[in-house]
Amino acid sequence: MTTSIELRADPAVQYLLRLGDACLILGQRLGEWCGHAPIVEEDIALANIALDLIGQARAVLTRAGQLEGRGHDEDQLAFLRDERDYLNPTLVELPRGDFAFTTLRNAMVATWLKLLWQRLQASGDAELAAIAGKAVKEARYHQQHAADWLVRLGDGTAESKRRCEAALAALWHYGAELFDDDAVDDAAAAAGLGPRSSELRDEWQAEMGEILGAAGLAMPAPVPFRSEGRRGRHSEHMGYILAELQHLQRAYPGGVW
Amino acid sequence: MSETTTRTEWPLWEVFVRSKAGLDHKHCGSLHATDAQMAIQLARDVYTRRQEGTSVWVVRSDQIIASDPGDKDMYFDPMEDKVYRHPTFYALPREVDHM
Amino acid sequence: MYTQAMDTLGKEGGDAAPRPVRSAAEAALQQRFDARIDDGGFIEAKDWMPDNYRKTLVRQISQHAHSEIVGMLPEGNWITRAPTLKRKAILLAKVQDEGGHGLYLYAAAETLGTSRDEMIDALHSGKAKYSSIFNYPTLTWADVGTIGWLVDGAAIMNQVPLCRCSYAPYARAMIRICREESFHQRQGFDALLVMMRDGSDAQRAMVQDAVNRWWWPSLMMFGPPDAESTHSTQSMRWGIKRISNDDLRQKFVDAAAEQAKVLGVTLPDPELKWNEARGHHDFGAIDWAEFWNVVDGNGPCNRERLADRVKAWDDGAWVREAALAHADKQRQPMKEAA
Repeated sequence: MTTSIELRADPAVQYLLRLGDACLILGQRLGEWCGHAPIVEEDIALANIALDLIGQARAVLTRAGQLEGRGHDEDQLAFLRDERDYLNPTLVELPRGDFAFTTLRNAMVATWLKLLWQRLQASGDAELAAIAGKAVKEARYHQQHAADWLVRLGDGTAESKRRCEAALAALWHYGAELFDDDAVDDAAAAAGLGPRSSELRDEWQAEMGEILGAAGLAMPAPVPFRSEGRRGRHSEHMGYILAELQHLQRAYPGGVW
Repeated sequence: MSETTTRTEWPLWEVFVRSKAGLDHKHCGSLHATDAQMAIQLARDVYTRRQEGTSVWVVRSDQIIASDPGDKDMYFDPMEDKVYRHPTFYALPREVDHM
Repeated sequence: MYTQAMDTLGKEGGDAAPRPVRSAAEAALQQRFDARIDDGGFIEAKDWMPDNYRKTLVRQISQHAHSEIVGMLPEGNWITRAPTLKRKAILLAKVQDEGGHGLYLYAAAETLGTSRDEMIDALHSGKAKYSSIFNYPTLTWADVGTIGWLVDGAAIMNQVPLCRCSYAPYARAMIRICREESFHQRQGFDALLVMMRDGSDAQRAMVQDAVNRWWWPSLMMFGPPDAESTHSTQSMRWGIKRISNDDLRQKFVDAAAEQAKVLGVTLPDPELKWNEARGHHDFGAIDWAEFWNVVDGNGPCNRERLADRVKAWDDGAWVREAALAHADKQRQPMKEAA
C-alpha cells in the first residue's frame, strides 16, 4: 500500500492547489456522466469539459509541485495526498446530482474560473500566466455551455424549473467559500502570484445574476454557511471520491502506468 | 400546454466545417439539437475535436433543398458534351501552354 | 465499430431474399442499381434502392451505432479510477470518441429514413442488437488496455473494408471513424506495454489475466464461421460486406499473435501456432455455444448494459423535453395559462 506524500506548507503551493484541485475534482465528477447523459451529444459535450479541466489540473499541479520543490509530480499530487491536503472548494466534490445540479454547478464554477484565469494571465509567475492564457478560453466556452443550458432548463418546463430551484437550494451557499480571503490570499497578492479571492466576488455575483435572470431563476439570499474545502476540511463526499481516484496508485506500490 | 410541443424528438441539423481559411465548408454529418446555439456548440464538440475546424455552419436538415436524383440526367448530363469549358480541351503550342 | 451484428439478425431474417419485382419501371431501376453496385459505384441517400437493401443497412448501421454507445459503458467504468492523469485524459478522450462514432452512425442511418428516437426505441426494447463483446465486464485496469488492443483491433479489421461500402453516407462515416480508431488501439497497446515492460509482477499478472478473459470473445467479434453465415452472401452482393468473417478473423489472429510476442503475454490458446504451409496461424476451436448464449441475452452483463442505457434515456427525458419547450417558446412567445 503506497503511503501518502507529505506536503511542504507553503502559501504559494496552497494557492495553486486550491485552483488545481478544483479543476481535478470537478473533472472527476463530470467524468462520471460519460455514457449516462440525456442524449449522446451531451455525453460528448460534458466529456469535453471534463477533459479541459483535467488538462488544467495537470498543468497547475505540475507547477505546484515545482514551486514546492520536493520533486512531487502531477500524479503524486493528484493521487497520493491525504484528504486534508486537498484544497478544492467543497462545491466541486458534491455528487453530480441530476442534469440541473450539474449544469448549475458548471455555471458557478466556470464563471469563477473564467474570472480567475483572466486575472492570472497577469500573474508574476510566468508559467501560471501561460497556463491561464490557454485555460481562460476553455472557461469561457464552459460558461457559455452551462449558461445556455441553465436558461433552457430554467425557462423550459415546470419540471425543469423545479429541478433548477432544487439545485439552487442545494448548491448556492457552497459558492460563498470561493470569495473569502485568508493568509494564503494575502501571501499570493503580496507575491504577485494572483488575485485575492474576494476580488472576484462582485463580478461573479453580477455575471451569475445575469445568467439566473435570463433563466428566470431567483438568486437565493445569503446565509451564514461556509464550506471549508479550501482549508482541507471537506464534506463526507470527499472520502469516496478519493477512494476511487486513488485506489490503483495505493494498491500497486511502485506501479508504472 | 403549448400546442407546439407535440413532437418529442430534437430536430436534425446538418453540419458543415471549414478546416482552414481558404477552403470550403464541407458537409461532415448531422446531429440533433433544439436551437441554433446548441447546434453550433455541439457541432464544435462533435466534429472539430482534432483541430479540424476554423468555422462551423449548421442548417436544419428540413431546410436543405436537394436536386432530385431522378432529374440527374436532365440536370447534369448536358455538361458532359460541353468539354470546351475545360482548359484541357485546347492544345496550345508548348511555349504558351502554361496558360 | 462492430459489425458482428450482421450475422445475428435472426428474428427478422429473410430480409436478404429479394422480393418479387412489381413493375417494368422498378425492374429498370433495379437493373441500374445492380449495375452501379457491380461497377463499384456509390449509392447516395436520395437514390432509388431496393427495400431490403435499405432495411438491411438501417439495421446494420443502427446496430453499429448502438455498439459504440453501449461500448462507452465498460470503459467508462474506469474513468474515475484511471491510475494517472494522463491515462484518465486518454480514456476520457477515447470514450468521448465512441460517443462521437455512435453519433456519426446514427446520422448515417437517419439518411435512410429512420429517426434517432426509433433507433433508440429498438435498442431499448431489445429488438435491435449491439456487438456482444460489450456484454463482458471490465474487472481491472488492464481490461481497459486489453480492450484497446484486441477489441478495437478487431473492430478496425471489420471497419476498414466498410470504408468502401456501397452506401456512401455509411462509407463516409466509416472513413471518419477509421481515422480516429487507430489512436484507440495504440493507446490500449501502449498502456499494456508499459505495465508488461516496466511494471511490477502484480501488474504483469493483471495484464495476463485480462488477456485470458478477452481473447476468445474478441475472436467472436467476427461473427459465426462463413459456412453458417446466412446473410453474408447478399450483403457481399450489395457491396455492404467486402471480406468474409473467417478471412477477417484469420487476419486478426495473425496480427495479434505477433503483437502478443512484443507484449510478452501468452494468448490463452494451446493450439495457436504458425503453420508454414498455410502462411497463417492455426488456432483452436471457438466456443460457439458461449457466443450464441451471449447474443441471446445471457452473457455476464447484458441486462445491466441495457438497463444503464434505458436509465440514462429515461432520466434524461425531462431534460430533452425542457430543451424542446424552451426552443418552442423562443419561436412563439405565448403567455402560458397560470
